[in-house]
Amino acid sequence: MDLRKLKTLIDLVAESGVSELEVTEGEDKVRIVKNPAPVAAQTQTVYAPAPVAAAPVAPAPAAAPAPAAEEVPAGHIVKSPMVGTFYRSPTPGAESFVKIGDTVKEGQTLCIIEAMKLLNEIESDKSGVVKEILCENGQGVEFGQPLFVIA
Amino acid sequence: MFEKVLIANRGEIALRIQRACREMGIKTVVVFSEADREAKYVKLADEAVCIGPAPSAQSYLNMPAIISAAEVTDAQAIHPGYGFLSENADFAERVEKSGFAFIGPTAESIRLMGDKVSAKQAMIRSGVPCVPGSEGALPDNPKEIIAIAKKIGYPVIIKAAGGGGGRGMRVVHTEAHLINAVNMTREEAGRAFGNPEVYMEKFLENPRHVEIQVLADTFKNAVYLGERDCSMQRRHQKVIEEAPAPGIDRRLIAKIGERCAEACRKIGYRGAGTFEFLYEDGEFYFIEMNTRVQVEHPVTEMITGIDIVQQQIRIAAGEKLPFKQKDIEFRGHAIECRINAEDPVKFIPSPGRIQSWHVPGGPGVRVDSHAYAGYLVPPTYDSMIGKLITYGTTREQAMRRMRIALSEMVVDGIQTNIPLHRELMIDPKFAQGGTSIHYLEHRLEEQAASRGDSRKAK
Repeated sequence: MDLRKLKTLIDLVAESGVSELEVTEGEDKVRIVKNPAPVAAQTQTVYAPAPVAAAPVAPAPAAAPAPAAEEVPAGHIVKSPMVGTFYRSPTPGAESFVKIGDTVKEGQTLCIIEAMKLLNEIESDKSGVVKEILCENGQGVEFGQPLFVIA
Repeated sequence: MFEKVLIANRGEIALRIQRACREMGIKTVVVFSEADREAKYVKLADEAVCIGPAPSAQSYLNMPAIISAAEVTDAQAIHPGYGFLSENADFAERVEKSGFAFIGPTAESIRLMGDKVSAKQAMIRSGVPCVPGSEGALPDNPKEIIAIAKKIGYPVIIKAAGGGGGRGMRVVHTEAHLINAVNMTREEAGRAFGNPEVYMEKFLENPRHVEIQVLADTFKNAVYLGERDCSMQRRHQKVIEEAPAPGIDRRLIAKIGERCAEACRKIGYRGAGTFEFLYEDGEFYFIEMNTRVQVEHPVTEMITGIDIVQQQIRIAAGEKLPFKQKDIEFRGHAIECRINAEDPVKFIPSPGRIQSWHVPGGPGVRVDSHAYAGYLVPPTYDSMIGKLITYGTTREQAMRRMRIALSEMVVDGIQTNIPLHRELMIDPKFAQGGTSIHYLEHRLEEQAASRGDSRKAK
């Protein structure tokens, strides 16, 4: 994962009221947890090729992945509601729906996710400024995948 | 041959399909719900796509999500496993319309066999013996219904045409209860399956559940891979299965097996399938066909040496069956115990984190399970966490090996039905073989009664 991106995320967590942030980008995943102590960042790749039992018995308190994802405050991370292909603009060659730094309103279209030949407009569930765009144009995304950071 | 297959299922069958693919050099895409993120086969997959939250309706039954995942990963074929969408004709159709191979029969075959009335009619036409019953769906006229029951002879059983797998059934012992039973079953069927049609059959008092495994390719070749006895059941859920069925004349099996293979050729069946029968007094009575791979397929694999899941994939890829009926040999005996995360006495599901997990091994022992120490068994799905299978040259050896295997197996942190299996494996009636489909429930009721339980172990 890009160090500058990582720093942006760390700053984001430090400056905001967010206490825990988990971001997946391709094969990389980052979880940043704001403790009373200074922010600690841990990276782990999603693949653990050796089927070792030790891997899942994670000592971290938020070991179960589903609850961890839910702890991320809604609205700050816009997540994909479906499986499909992520597109930044309504048609190829057209201008992107949003760029980093744009101010967006709740309900504003941020991107398109194409699934089974249908184009679905994904709307922001929060008003604010687009701080980070976490997917590449044309990238395949899964359910729950973080797309945008709005702050 | 496919380069990439998407596995549209979870649990032990997802791992089973993945193993078959890996052996064939096929890349696997695993779809998973948020509850299955830590699954072993998810970590082992070449690609894994989260398709939704835990509830099945939003994940493993979510057709657009699954097909979308296939699009996004450029998979070429989808294996539906068992349960979930595996016998959903609409899904099979949509998969193929979207340009992927469905590893299973055609939507047409699924529809034909999914409707239990049309399935029976197709079987009668193909010369497969059926349970005596109403010819088709029951009419609305009560007088006619009473006449049909009289002709069949009590006791009778009312079944939902859209049901199957033990759901949507009611037994009637006397005429006085008949019409009410029919109406209630109709009502339930309408709600559960969206199809209120019901039919009637003679209720067999002490049958065994004996099923025939078939494989059919797209070149009109069809073979039977012998039978399985799945009579040890509780509430229509199989608990122990074995192959071959003890005490049934091999010539009878060959005869019924060939009828099933012929039925496959007649209806243009493709892939793996199972014809389920009730067997009583030397006669086979067709009840339904399962148009998918079944949970208990390993016992057939052990006695034939044929990898059923790989054959499914090969057939779907357009290959010819590599064997004829005469090439198939049946050797030895295999038994399977389904390991469920449940209270062994009360049968209440017991999800939770597995603290210790020790599986047995040694000659003739096979464990098909996705579980591991530290694995969190989710509460959202069925309770089966694995299958323990043993093989022996004789039934006695298979049982002995199973007793030893069960004694070695440790699962701590959740409850399992391993204690029940240990009891059944030394049960004298089971050792004798040939117990009916009611045996286990009667045994459990007797135990509950002698324990003085006011609540029966139902």
